Amino acid sequence: MVIKRRQKDGAEIPTSSMADIAFLLLIFFLVSTTINTDKGIDMMLPDWGNTLDVPKRNIMNILIDQSGQLMVDGNITQLAFLQETVRKRSEENDKLIVSLKPHKSTEYDDFIAVMDQIKLAGATRVSIADPDK
Amino acid sequence: MKIEKKSKVKIEIPMSSMPDIVFMLLFFFMVTTVLRTYAGLNVELPEAERIKKLEGRSHISYLWIDRNGDMSWNDVPCGPDKTLYQLAHNKRLSDNQLVVSCKYDRRVNMGIIAEAHEQLRKAGALAINFATRSKSR
Repeated sequence: MVIKRRQKDGAEIPTSSMADIAFLLLIFFLVSTTINTDKGIDMMLPDWGNTLDVPKRNIMNILIDQSGQLMVDGNITQLAFLQETVRKRSEENDKLIVSLKPHKSTEYDDFIAVMDQIKLAGATRVSIADPDK
Repeated sequence: MKIEKKSKVKIEIPMSSMPDIVFMLLFFFMVTTVLRTYAGLNVELPEAERIKKLEGRSHISYLWIDRNGDMSWNDVPCGPDKTLYQLAHNKRLSDNQLVVSCKYDRRVNMGIIAEAHEQLRKAGALAINFATRSKSR
């Protein structure tokens, strides 16, 4: 019996369509990519059940009522002057903690406006107190 | 005067490196693409000036509260109670770099927000970001 020898053909992967496939994939990823647009004000919440005693002189109390009016350490203040007040107090006391306490009916928009002014003043230690229930 | 004729040299753009360029672009988009997106709730975000871009998209979870007080954690409906705690706690266990992007409607009351934050604190999801729009000047 004669055994036939296999032909020694060089097997090659066709690469001519490689660019087309790559283009196709490229267009898919181009279309499906969404550029990260999440932005906002960073904040670190305090650990649950972890309370710290802070001397009263290091706390700046800011209260916001339901209509968005502000009270800073017992004095009614306008939002336009808040940034300057916080900046001045931060310069006087580098351990200052700004405590922000909104009313439970305060709108989030008013809260963010105050928070923005505090951040613009350069205050790094900000705490949010829970509204009275 | 004799006007010289322009030489008829064929100008060709080299195409041999085209697949390399395409592949490079392809890998860039493959690496940067995040396919997971959430539908969320219909909220109108407040405006602020001092805002930061939120980095590390894979570590971000989203908490929505719309103007009616409806809440959603990564598209799962929840309330400011055990349901939110459980969702946040499970996420926090699987990701210790978790950042919660808070997408609250500008007219939401602070009472409900405080309740939600209490649950986040209990769950250990402490890093949050109040999502805002840039203030148009």
